[in-house]
Amino acid sequence: MAADLFPEHNLYRRNRARDLRERAIAGVLLAAALVGGLTTLGIIVALADDTFRFFSQVSIVEYLTSTQWTPLFSVQHFGIWPLVTATVLTSAIALVIAVPLGLISAIYLSEFAPSRARSILKPALEVLAGVPTVVYGFFALIVVTPVLQRLIPGMSAFNSLSAGLVMGVMIVPLVSSLSEDAMSSVPDSLREAAYGLGGTKFEVATRVVFPAATSGIVASVILALSRAFGETMVVAIAAGQNPTFTLDPTVPVMTMTSYIVQVSLGDTPYGSLSYLTIFAVGTTLFVMTFAMNVISHWVVRRFREVYD
Amino acid sequence: MAAEQPTTAAGRAHLFRPNQVLRGSLGGIFIVLGLASIVLALGMLVYLVLDVVLRGAPWLDWQFLTSFDSRFPARAGILAALAGTGLMMAMTLALALPIGVMAAIYLEEYARESWLKSFIQINISNLAGVPSIIYGLLGLTIFVRQLGLGRSILAGAMTMALLVLPVIVVATQEALRAVPSSIRDASLALGATKSQTIWHHVLPQAVPGILTGNILAASRAIGETAPLVTIGALTFVPFTPQSIMDRFTVLPIQIFNWTSKPQAEFHDLAAAGIVVLLAVLLTMNSIAIVLRQRAGGGRRR
Repeated sequence: MAADLFPEHNLYRRNRARDLRERAIAGVLLAAALVGGLTTLGIIVALADDTFRFFSQVSIVEYLTSTQWTPLFSVQHFGIWPLVTATVLTSAIALVIAVPLGLISAIYLSEFAPSRARSILKPALEVLAGVPTVVYGFFALIVVTPVLQRLIPGMSAFNSLSAGLVMGVMIVPLVSSLSEDAMSSVPDSLREAAYGLGGTKFEVATRVVFPAATSGIVASVILALSRAFGETMVVAIAAGQNPTFTLDPTVPVMTMTSYIVQVSLGDTPYGSLSYLTIFAVGTTLFVMTFAMNVISHWVVRRFREVYD
Repeated sequence: MAAEQPTTAAGRAHLFRPNQVLRGSLGGIFIVLGLASIVLALGMLVYLVLDVVLRGAPWLDWQFLTSFDSRFPARAGILAALAGTGLMMAMTLALALPIGVMAAIYLEEYARESWLKSFIQINISNLAGVPSIIYGLLGLTIFVRQLGLGRSILAGAMTMALLVLPVIVVATQEALRAVPSSIRDASLALGATKSQTIWHHVLPQAVPGILTGNILAASRAIGETAPLVTIGALTFVPFTPQSIMDRFTVLPIQIFNWTSKPQAEFHDLAAAGIVVLLAVLLTMNSIAIVLRQRAGGGRRR
């Protein structure tokens, strides 16, 4: 009938050109989405290839057990431990700063702060995360280390303490933001019930809200640790370039990331054994941080308290 | 348990009394503690900025902005680094913006709940947690070596585009989700196709959110150093890039280079470079905040 009224506009005819165009657009969009999905795969392939070539020349047992890392010397040793202990040391120092500061700020912002103060202080804290890491590196080496040297005589100009402390300040917003989100999403009915039982504000915050948000808080701390493991510029600038197997925070050390930077800055020939080492170290770092990120997601999903 | 409890009310009352002063004051103590932690963290930031400005200000002049790096601090400048940073940011966005926005449109508007959608979504959220230096190794293997782009500014921009892609995708997804579905329904009911609906009605509404996400992505790209060190950005560049295949340096790498030198004059130069870098970032983030507020105002109307 419609065809009789509008002979040139057949409403029942399929518009093949339009259908085709719609499908082409959907295809292009899917391709773009796959770029995001395939980047992980690209990382794994890119790392795996050269890592396998490295381990065809170096025993994996030596890599995982030796405590000497001297790939650029004439007598080569490939023990990852000095790099791992340095990474763990700087990250641990960072967490000692970031976790208490971040959690106390989060509890304050979520439970105590008036909403106006919160709307100013929360974004202000997040500014800390927006400052480029190379700036924190400068701060650690040029400003913090001289102060620490006055307090601790005999401290080296490059040390893990200064790098760790500055890195700690840098990741405070990571801990505080995510923990604050977790605590803010605890429903008010729990707070009201606790107040109804006579709880003070402090008791409600620390014994009701904090435990209820544990999964989000633990996840935020794991993410902060993962971030500290992968942090590069602060440690490359301020922690030194000496792969020493030590937990002394006053001497120069070399983290996994600063080793990759050191090799990248030099002119190591493509394909040489020293070139391949950065991929073995990169894979080690990737596996560690990936595991932490997975654990953190798992903690959120497994231990989340769901209220409705 | 029961045997230890006093039987009279007066006997029980003393159990509570010693706590009252503490209970009452803990909240106040905590407020002081909370404010102190925030002030401590922000104080470090203020101290950092003040220190950098005081060190760098005497070196900040026209000559500093328009000269190439030099072995002599008095003649050194950031021209090559500024040009590199500007070009790098433009190219990174030119690559990452279309791909990121299209990926977000696919995930929000097209994808049905399926293993493919959750695979992509999980990957994107995982990518946000990958250390930036790992992206550098990816760029070194795939862009510099496999695609044969060399240590060029193009290889750097492609690496950086992958790095900021998750930021753009997540921000765009949030912006799309905030567009009410009534707008889609109205457009579809009038006979528009899905792509017409998205292009003419959904995307225009989401523009402020998408722009905010892209500015955040660009500021991330400007500040990143590690991946560019890995793919081999130069630390000494006495020229501005003439083509996208040229070797390059950027502001953070120039700062890194000067910080690593032993002479104090170079540290002051690094501070002056940091002042410029922070000024650029501050400008961009202020724009993002204004856009976000405009978007909020628009929705309320």
